[in-house]
Amino acid sequence: MNLELTAYADIVGDDVINHLKQLASMLKGLRVVHVNSTRQGGGVAEILARMIPLKNELGIDASWEVIEGDTDFYETTKSFHNGLQGNPVDLTKKELEHYEEVNHENAENLRDILTDADVVFIHDPQPAPFLSHFPKRKGVWIWRCHIDVSKPHPPVWKYLRNHVNDYDASIWSLSEFARKLEHPQYLIPPSIDPLSDKNRDLSEDEIDEAYKLAEIDPDRPKVVQVSRYDRFKDPVGVIEAFRLAKRFLNLQLILAGGDAKDDPEGAEVLEEVREKADGDPDIHILMLPADANVQINALQRIADIIIQKSTKEGFGLTVTEGLWKGKPVIGGAVGGIKLQIIDHHTGFLVHTPEGAAMRMRYLIMRPEIREDMGKKARRFILENFLLTRHLREYLTLMVAHVTKSGDRIVL
Amino acid sequence: MPKPFIIKDCAQLAIATGIRANNLPELGERVASSDLDCVYYHFWGGLLRPRFDDPDFRNDFAAWAFHSMNDPVLAERLSIIIPTQHKDFSELRNILVEVIEDRLEEDDKVYLRHAHHPFHFIKSRMVVFDTGIRVKNPEEFIDIIPGLDIGSLFYHFIDSRRRLNDEHDDFSEWMDSFKKDYSAIINDLRTVDPYLNTIPELKDLVHGIFCEHLHRSEIT
Repeated sequence: MNLELTAYADIVGDDVINHLKQLASMLKGLRVVHVNSTRQGGGVAEILARMIPLKNELGIDASWEVIEGDTDFYETTKSFHNGLQGNPVDLTKKELEHYEEVNHENAENLRDILTDADVVFIHDPQPAPFLSHFPKRKGVWIWRCHIDVSKPHPPVWKYLRNHVNDYDASIWSLSEFARKLEHPQYLIPPSIDPLSDKNRDLSEDEIDEAYKLAEIDPDRPKVVQVSRYDRFKDPVGVIEAFRLAKRFLNLQLILAGGDAKDDPEGAEVLEEVREKADGDPDIHILMLPADANVQINALQRIADIIIQKSTKEGFGLTVTEGLWKGKPVIGGAVGGIKLQIIDHHTGFLVHTPEGAAMRMRYLIMRPEIREDMGKKARRFILENFLLTRHLREYLTLMVAHVTKSGDRIVL
Repeated sequence: MPKPFIIKDCAQLAIATGIRANNLPELGERVASSDLDCVYYHFWGGLLRPRFDDPDFRNDFAAWAFHSMNDPVLAERLSIIIPTQHKDFSELRNILVEVIEDRLEEDDKVYLRHAHHPFHFIKSRMVVFDTGIRVKNPEEFIDIIPGLDIGSLFYHFIDSRRRLNDEHDDFSEWMDSFKKDYSAIINDLRTVDPYLNTIPELKDLVHGIFCEHLHRSEIT
């Protein structure tokens, strides 16, 4: 067993690692390529950064390619994202033509590596049209959707469906996201890596560094939301909830966000958040670089409560991260958050700023309940949402498709 | 001497069928025409997928009736359906439909109630593989069981009920073929209720049975 796998075995047990090795033994030497739109920032990049090396250690020839696009391209794909999450966006013919053109150029750049790959995973809408550029593809092509598509704006979904329908399979985080498509739709929730800088145990000194990111008072209760500045993450709603709770408690709020290359709306939303905060010294608005993983880890650890008040959410890895650190999480009752926050057990699901404020007050006043929920939360993540479970499902899916058998595959 | 026991492991994939039910009449109709793999997944698949252990509702139908239909009466009736007590999944599906139809006849208000969240029918795809581990005699199980993945326990203790005619586990089936009398341990293994336990709990129970009968401490 090599060092990396040994480290995972210390957390999840040897049995889990042996299971992965046995599944991977059926895939030795398989050429697997993942394609997405950003190397840094956002949950997809984080997962791939850790999953690819592990696949390689298990004997699979895995690689990760990132497409390139200009500002117009990312503005169109952000509109796609918003439309798929239900906003009534209008996409012009010109925007769609440019989107397809950028995909065509990127497909040409990756032609050799993708044509010969045994399994190709295309992540999210940005590179979705790739499939049509590879009529001579050798392998199995799978589209992975990380977005909450439970109620998409119909014209946006209809357009995208034409690009994804011909894939061999697709992967979704929740059953309510799956759509009518002519291929198997697998349900695989994402995961966090317990050994990454964002989730590993930190020393006291590393944790204390968090206080220096802003003038955070260590002695007063702290509520933390870590998220991109995106309207679906509802940072403005979090400030409203904080103000309602602060009437009764001497709270501080920390909003920590970063930038993702494929999200051009971030600056605009950040400005709205600053306006809403109106210079309140107890609202700390942080803009962290994409590699500020240890700082985010530390912020989550100094929090008394983690909040993720999204109004739409593909999965919500910041929820997973908070629960893994033994913190109760208050989250919007949407998408993948519902899979992770079990009301009254690992945190609270809320629908409004008022609901979030009520739960902040409840939890801050009851440290013993916070501790009890925190223990359950960490155990729940350990058993369900770590990278090893995620990897097992990817390996199983590849075995199922490479062997091309039916619903029950006996090897 | 019987042939060595082959320890297998399995991994499950969940597949969305796109079929959903928004109220109880729809649930009844869709269950009646559902793939048996869906029934299997919603009764047993929870043991291998990410979920919070809900001691009150051991199958997805019961949990949905409680959480999405606000119908504790139906939830309790669905929860008590024990899949191991039915000869196959076709019979289990019929029982499910019967319980749902009885509830609809009993209370008109239930008929009109809309679920907070639809029930999504999911089926499983299973990959079964050989772990390379061989057991020559039952005594070896004492050292082997603690190292088994949950997939192995699922395959030999739960999935076995779908494969074997008399619907018990693979371990006791194999031990039955020895000349040496293992009847006490076989009886205990066959009274284990896999439905009311998580797989890690099941693993501890099965290991405990071997330790107790073969006179070894459970702490190995």
